[in-house]
Amino acid sequence: MENLLSLITFIPLLAAAILALFLRGEDEAAQRNAKWLAMIATSSTFFVSLILLFAFDPTDTGFQFVEERDWLLGLQYKMGVDGISVLFVLLTTFTMPLVIAASWHVKTRVTEYMIAFLVLETLMIGVFCALDLFLFYVFFEAGLIPMFLIIGIWGGAARVYASFKFFLYTFLGSVLMLVAMVAMYVDAGTSDMVALLNHNFGSETFSILGFQIVGGAQTLMWVAFFASFAVKMPMWPVHTWLPDAHVQAPTAGSVVLAAILLKMGGYGFLRFSLPMFPVASDLLAPMVFWLSAIAIVYTSLVALAQSDMKKLIAYSSVAHMGYVTMGIFAANQQGIDGAIFQMISHGFISGALFLCVGVIYDRMHTREIEAYGGLVNKMPAYALIFMLFTMANVGLPGTSGFVGEFLTLMGIFQANTWVALFACTGVILSAAYALWLYRRVVMGELIKESLKSITDMSQRERAIFAPLVVMTILLGVYPALALDIIGPSVSALVDQYNTSVAAYAAETATQLASN
Amino acid sequence: METILLFAPLVGALICGFGWRVLGENAAQWVATSLLFLSALLSWVLFLSFDPFAHETGSYTLPVLRWIESGTLATDWAIRIDRLTTVMLVVITSVSALVHLYSFGYMAHDEHFREGESYRPRFFAYLSFFTFAMLMLVTADNLLQLFFGWEGVGVASYLLIGFYIRKQSAGAAAIKAFVVNRVGDFGFLLGIFGIYLLTDSIQFSVIFAEAGEIANTQIQFLWREWNAANLVAFLLFIGAMGKSAQFLLHTWLPDAMEGPTPVSALIHAATMVTAGVFLVCRMSPIIEYADWTQGFIIAIGALTAFFAATVGLVQNDIKRVIAYSTCSQLGYMFVAAGIGVYSVAMFHLFTHAFFKAMLFLGAGSVIHGMHHEQDMRNYGGLRHKMPYTFWAMMIGTLAITGVGIPLLYLGFPVGFAGFVSKDAVIESAYAFSPNGYAFWALVIAALFTSFYSWRLMFMTFYGKPRGDKHTHEHAHESPTVMLIPLGVLAAGAIFAGMIWYKPFFGDHYAVENWFGIEQHEKSKDHAGPGLMLVAPAYAASAASDDHSDDHGDDHAKAEPLAPGETDPRLGQGAIYMAPDNHVLDDAHHVPTWVKLAPFFAMLAGFLVAFQLYIRRPELPKIIAEQQAPLYRFLLNKWYVDEIYDAIFVRPARRLGHFLWKKGDGSTIDGGINGLAMGIIPFFTRKLNQAQSGYVFHYAFAMVLGIAGLVTWMTLAG
Repeated sequence: MENLLSLITFIPLLAAAILALFLRGEDEAAQRNAKWLAMIATSSTFFVSLILLFAFDPTDTGFQFVEERDWLLGLQYKMGVDGISVLFVLLTTFTMPLVIAASWHVKTRVTEYMIAFLVLETLMIGVFCALDLFLFYVFFEAGLIPMFLIIGIWGGAARVYASFKFFLYTFLGSVLMLVAMVAMYVDAGTSDMVALLNHNFGSETFSILGFQIVGGAQTLMWVAFFASFAVKMPMWPVHTWLPDAHVQAPTAGSVVLAAILLKMGGYGFLRFSLPMFPVASDLLAPMVFWLSAIAIVYTSLVALAQSDMKKLIAYSSVAHMGYVTMGIFAANQQGIDGAIFQMISHGFISGALFLCVGVIYDRMHTREIEAYGGLVNKMPAYALIFMLFTMANVGLPGTSGFVGEFLTLMGIFQANTWVALFACTGVILSAAYALWLYRRVVMGELIKESLKSITDMSQRERAIFAPLVVMTILLGVYPALALDIIGPSVSALVDQYNTSVAAYAAETATQLASN
Repeated sequence: METILLFAPLVGALICGFGWRVLGENAAQWVATSLLFLSALLSWVLFLSFDPFAHETGSYTLPVLRWIESGTLATDWAIRIDRLTTVMLVVITSVSALVHLYSFGYMAHDEHFREGESYRPRFFAYLSFFTFAMLMLVTADNLLQLFFGWEGVGVASYLLIGFYIRKQSAGAAAIKAFVVNRVGDFGFLLGIFGIYLLTDSIQFSVIFAEAGEIANTQIQFLWREWNAANLVAFLLFIGAMGKSAQFLLHTWLPDAMEGPTPVSALIHAATMVTAGVFLVCRMSPIIEYADWTQGFIIAIGALTAFFAATVGLVQNDIKRVIAYSTCSQLGYMFVAAGIGVYSVAMFHLFTHAFFKAMLFLGAGSVIHGMHHEQDMRNYGGLRHKMPYTFWAMMIGTLAITGVGIPLLYLGFPVGFAGFVSKDAVIESAYAFSPNGYAFWALVIAALFTSFYSWRLMFMTFYGKPRGDKHTHEHAHESPTVMLIPLGVLAAGAIFAGMIWYKPFFGDHYAVENWFGIEQHEKSKDHAGPGLMLVAPAYAASAASDDHSDDHGDDHAKAEPLAPGETDPRLGQGAIYMAPDNHVLDDAHHVPTWVKLAPFFAMLAGFLVAFQLYIRRPELPKIIAEQQAPLYRFLLNKWYVDEIYDAIFVRPARRLGHFLWKKGDGSTIDGGINGLAMGIIPFFTRKLNQAQSGYVFHYAFAMVLGIAGLVTWMTLAG
């Protein structure tokens, strides 16, 4: 048990190593081996992670399953999970077997493809488990490389442009984060995140080059982290890499990107920005609120204008991430609970939606909405599944999409009613673009000659969707499954945050009085 | 029992929707239908046996499962039973069961589907699912579950409007219905948040108990502070406007007629569209304190009643006429709810469900018999071909136009259901504000109602057959399975008003007793024996002065609460009427001419319709030509759709396109590309090499190297 997290993290990497070292080759047997090995590795990772879920004690708000070892250059290898991170680990291990299953028909460089995804899984799990600043950084940044390769090698026609856009955007943000991390290390004298969480970073106002920096060092570090996480989320206006990346990525790549990679930004806000720089978070929250509200309205409107299915869903993802950032910085129980829940649920829903696009892309090799129409005539099962996830995406009560949306909106309403008002219009706009997409693709008479011979989903495809359907409805009807785990840790986070903010307010007040 | 009642339709929907391949189509349909009849039976048992005073607060709650819990927010799936709920249960399950039965005939052969296609199980599954969602809505014990039902019926409505999947117009109408409803939900959600902010809960019991405090609270919302009760009531009412198709958010309802006719009867007449009225009645403790919002509700209700009736005057599609009529009748209910006589609003909801469902099913029977022809200009003379349908429609028309014997009182007024309940609304409107605009709007709307209803009857069943000869020759009466529901609903349309007059509108004591409101000690004494022979204020009012004094004495003068004091009756029973709300009593004492007004309005409407469509059928065309602008204005539904299209729909699309091309494209990407222009080509070359092998391997070696290092250090450390 004491190495559980490392075990979960490194099973996929081990499989990748086996593939890379012993099972190379392009012949059919090698391809089959690669697929099956990847499948077995990701599945067993998932089953092992279930142990983590059941052994996890929600009432304990500290870190659990902590592992600590010396690492290179005097740094620490430290892993652990709490109520905020544990579900992300589960989301990752849950999604990966489905992703591998969805890639069953990949033809080119199968072994490398599987290696890329396996390595990616290790790195993603590592991000959510790492409790050392620099370990986190390694996982966080290294994750870019396999994703970059997935888009750049197995992607669509404009994959090169898209992969570089993706890489540069996210990489440039990260550079600032590294600087801030070094500063934190210098300031606190440790890279242990548990210690950093209890460290008070300076918040005294000072000035650089004549600029007053309210919130002091905290503000600077907050901004540096923000640059990295905001790109990852992605938040408006640094979201434009996402639609391109999605459109060019292979289906499995889109699923991972939407379901897991985007969540790293939100997780980062929760792990670093909010607890470590509470004063700066409080000062800058209004900016985040407005960026989020703009994201929701803006990208929903843009989604209305799309003619490419993947782009439409990508823009819808940006809008949904807007709810997340808004909820996080509302910094109350409902807002943060909702934000985490929304991220988990969005993992299932957007993953499923990209898979839905994948299903028909595999058949027709186009993502143009115009090329479809009337699919319900030939693909009733597909129509049903797509309807379910469309409704979940729209935030229908009874699906998991609703819980997150509702809680984040409730959280923001307590913080700022204007933002709540604008964000709430997303409820209307999402219905408009999602149902309009559905209508153009699925409803109507099947007229197009090219679609006449299209077939409904295969058993394999149905099997991929089944777990997603179950999770979406289960979490929608009984969200306590997740909220019970999230709640206590979030509650502790909120308390600590409020204490810090109140202390700062008191301090500023006394300073004002003494002046 | 309550649990079975609630979940039977869900089970039916699932079995029918997914199990029909195993069971066969017919068996699946029968499963769904019989489960609904079971539900309906249990509803009636519950309705008739429910005694609010057997429970402490006039209601009881059965928890089912935890739902969303976060901090102080705690929501359960639960079943709350009180008088409002039982009334709704009866309406929903009865109409739904009958519509299921009717659909056996109506949906038997549908030319929208190809030979051998299985569409019926899907239809029944949707109907049952709708019923389940609607039941969840009315049995909710908190706002969130109510919202679940609210959205659930929205989805069911979306699916059923778009049921003819190949029909373009049906797809468009379905989306419109959902999106316009979402505009309402936008307000509803904000209202829920507001209530949570105020009371730290969204449980009805908590909200009601704190209604008095809410009324004395100011809340910051947007640019200023508002009275909390007014604000949340207003926001919730926006939700009600969407669901109940009130003016400004009504545009989806006429289009919803694209769905199969049984759907229109169940969803767009009897049940779903009345959910807004139910919501307002359910939230009566808040509404009672929200004076400004009450005014708004009355204004919107009266305007809708009037507006929809004017549009109904000139429509030619038989279903659209009835749709506008529904819209208009919902306006009546909102007026009643707005002036504080929630029981009367529920009364009209109750009777309306019977006669409107029947009108729709009757229209469906005509459409079925006429091979899906819906244009009344192509009907005529059908009473000989479809005698049963004709008589059913006749009863429905008598009910909706409000035919009865004015001023006669036999313990209840004598007349069809619509006569009793509609007059109750109109009298209450007068009592609330004598000669106010609401009263007059409703009377005029009653005149129009009578006109368009009789116009419908005359164009359909009288005169000479018009339109396609072949269709008329083959016009036929509908099968028994469709006529039985018509018969049952006809009985309701005749008797429902007279039977349930007392508990909904009899007098204060009867109403309070029925809704489970704890009565003041003083009134209890009085009520004891009096309850059985409810004081016939209705008949006596005109004659006996001392009676009305007497009446006023023990109730109307119930001393208003001192400021800051909370009414202990808050949260008692299913509805709440503030101590200073005397409309229910005053409504029985309106002048005689007020009581006669709707009757004469009905008569006038009938006579005009008779003149125009029986005696001189050429007249309508001439009038339409003479009054061309007015005619076009009405025919085009006051151009509301066109205006929305111009100011919302098209600008939203254009703005989306603009933001995409100019915002994302030129501005954001343009800026970043400019920065990266020098770098990208360089990397592009590199990536091409990557594909050819070298760099690809390097990259992998690097990743694996890092990973290996990490692992080794871990294990070694």
